[in-house]
Amino acid sequence: MKPFITHTGLVQPIDKVNVDTDQMVPKQFLKALTRQGFGRILFYDWRYLQPGEKPNPEFVLNFPRYKGASVLLARANFGCGSSREHAPWAIGDYGFRVILAPSYADIFYNNCFKNGILPAELSEAQIEELFQRTEKEEGYSLTVDLPSQMVRDNHGLEYKFEIVPSRKEVLLKGLDDIGTSLLHADSIDAYEKAHAASAPMYETVDVKYYTNGK
Amino acid sequence: MTPKTLYEKIWNNHLVYEEPGKPSLIYIDRHLIHEGTSPQAFAGLKAEGRKVRRPDLTFAVMDHSVPTKDRLLPIMDQDAKLQFEALEKNCRETGVRLFDMHSKNQGIVHIIGPELGITQPGQTIVCGDSHTSTHGAFGTLAFGIGTSEVEHVLATQCLVQSKSKTMYIVVNGKRPKGVTAKDIILAIIGKIGIGGGTAHVAEYGGEAIRALSMDGRMTVCNMTIEGGARAGMVAPDETTFAYLEGRPFVPRGKEFHEAVERWKLLKSDDGAKFDITVELRAEQIGPQVTWGTNPGMVTSVTGRVPDPHDFKDLNDQKATESALKYMGLKPGTPIVDIPVDRVFIGSCTNSRLDDLRAAAHLVEGKHVAKSIKQALIVPGSRGIKAQAEKEGLDKIFSEAGFEWRDAGCSMCIGMNADVLPPHERSASTSNRNFEGRQGRDSRTHLVSPVMAAAAAIAGHFVDVREFDVAHVE
Repeated sequence: MKPFITHTGLVQPIDKVNVDTDQMVPKQFLKALTRQGFGRILFYDWRYLQPGEKPNPEFVLNFPRYKGASVLLARANFGCGSSREHAPWAIGDYGFRVILAPSYADIFYNNCFKNGILPAELSEAQIEELFQRTEKEEGYSLTVDLPSQMVRDNHGLEYKFEIVPSRKEVLLKGLDDIGTSLLHADSIDAYEKAHAASAPMYETVDVKYYTNGK
Repeated sequence: MTPKTLYEKIWNNHLVYEEPGKPSLIYIDRHLIHEGTSPQAFAGLKAEGRKVRRPDLTFAVMDHSVPTKDRLLPIMDQDAKLQFEALEKNCRETGVRLFDMHSKNQGIVHIIGPELGITQPGQTIVCGDSHTSTHGAFGTLAFGIGTSEVEHVLATQCLVQSKSKTMYIVVNGKRPKGVTAKDIILAIIGKIGIGGGTAHVAEYGGEAIRALSMDGRMTVCNMTIEGGARAGMVAPDETTFAYLEGRPFVPRGKEFHEAVERWKLLKSDDGAKFDITVELRAEQIGPQVTWGTNPGMVTSVTGRVPDPHDFKDLNDQKATESALKYMGLKPGTPIVDIPVDRVFIGSCTNSRLDDLRAAAHLVEGKHVAKSIKQALIVPGSRGIKAQAEKEGLDKIFSEAGFEWRDAGCSMCIGMNADVLPPHERSASTSNRNFEGRQGRDSRTHLVSPVMAAAAAIAGHFVDVREFDVAHVE
């Protein structure tokens, strides 16, 4: 995974509370077999008019002034609903590296870290201030620095955000979770020995491929 | 000893590795997978040369995109077909049990886990699907994960987790007739808000929860995620044990009785501390209907569509305004004046036998209103379908003008052909009324199965208590 250390970029506002992951990636795009190429369909139903997939000029992602944005400014409970990791895949593939919001839904928040996206949490008042500055100044950009946990603009604004140290480390080092967990293979073996986890079938069910073990 | 919550007990039982200041490694007893969120996980595993550690603890099923009719015909949706083939291939190569779409035990992943007894008290269960919270009804710690975590569990049978905060939701008193588990959970979400449970694991208790059947408890736990909490649980009791006995994956005889003795210990100790406690009175809950674009935008069937100015917070006002615009509703409209185009009884929330029996009883001898374009009954599993047919429920539904379908996620998510057309309005027993959830520009109202059945008969929402609801459990 690509490490995240510091990032400066144009701010894209999405001024709506409770933006759910169904909006980020509608269901028809959940039939993919790969993690790539979801940027084009991010916020699909809001972003495109049908028929013909014409960009909806009223949707904020299509405003020319936000073209090339890489910092996503959002409202409370961002990413609620479905666990689909396609949502952060789309956000990352579109070009966003940071999200700023007052709160996130748990599963989405977690999924961001698996994809090198920093979901930074600021207070409601700070987020409101950032929305106002973004609205006022065309080309408004922010620098988000993970080591110092600071958000800065070019006018002296400085906000500190909190993040759990272990989460911070994952992003800074671009850690592969599975590799890290496999370092504890001995503990997993020991747990399995002590608990003998198994799922015996006492009555036959109509199932394929079970090979009874490893 | 410090009193512990049920969550803490299960957590402690599954600790594989812990280190101060770091998230822990916890063991996963059952890993459920489906065609939608697993292909990238298997691909990732393969790319790294890793193996599925415990195929015997992993269960796969086709549910999200399966057709609910003419299943023996070729799959016309090429993307869905490729996903089915990928799941089949991945299971074949790794030795993971697969319930494919032709299995007589096939069904929605959260329906068949409990139905087959794969789900048992005290376990940890994960699945790449947010409604994994359903399994918490058995006193399990069960929650949805992303595809990267699916890959992690496949590789290690563990998950990296930090301990959540805890929330106790107590529903005291007796549920009025016609008020179901669905109404209880919708009322809870209406009260706490859709972010109210964020960062928490919820435990449900109180007389009204204890009085629910397992089917009802699963409905409540299923929608826990709609209130923001990733997992919801109910401590197991005699209702749980009676449900489990004799199911295919549940131990038999002496082993079963020993298991029950262990399961009885799975409850929060007296005096255990929760970070938040929420209390509701069951008597005050009426049949619920959502009016907006998330499950927290809900009111009683006797209520009206709210005015954006009813809300103090500016963000709530804006959200309400945009929801009403999307839903094509005017503030102040009585809920019972809202006409319905299509009715969907199904989904991992409400497609179990209790749901189908109650709906069938209500529509028996009546007929779907002429204005209704389609009324679908989609059993949660083929096992449920078979049992319902044995009881003659399929005939009751068909005679009343409903379509009796095969098992799958269907119109809850619209990944197969069961899609709600643009600007049409549904009475749906599913779990999400997000914009576009059942189909682009479609309008979803979440209700209980009996409320959906009543709306089908009346052609608009109607207070189910005006029907004969003496049987509604």
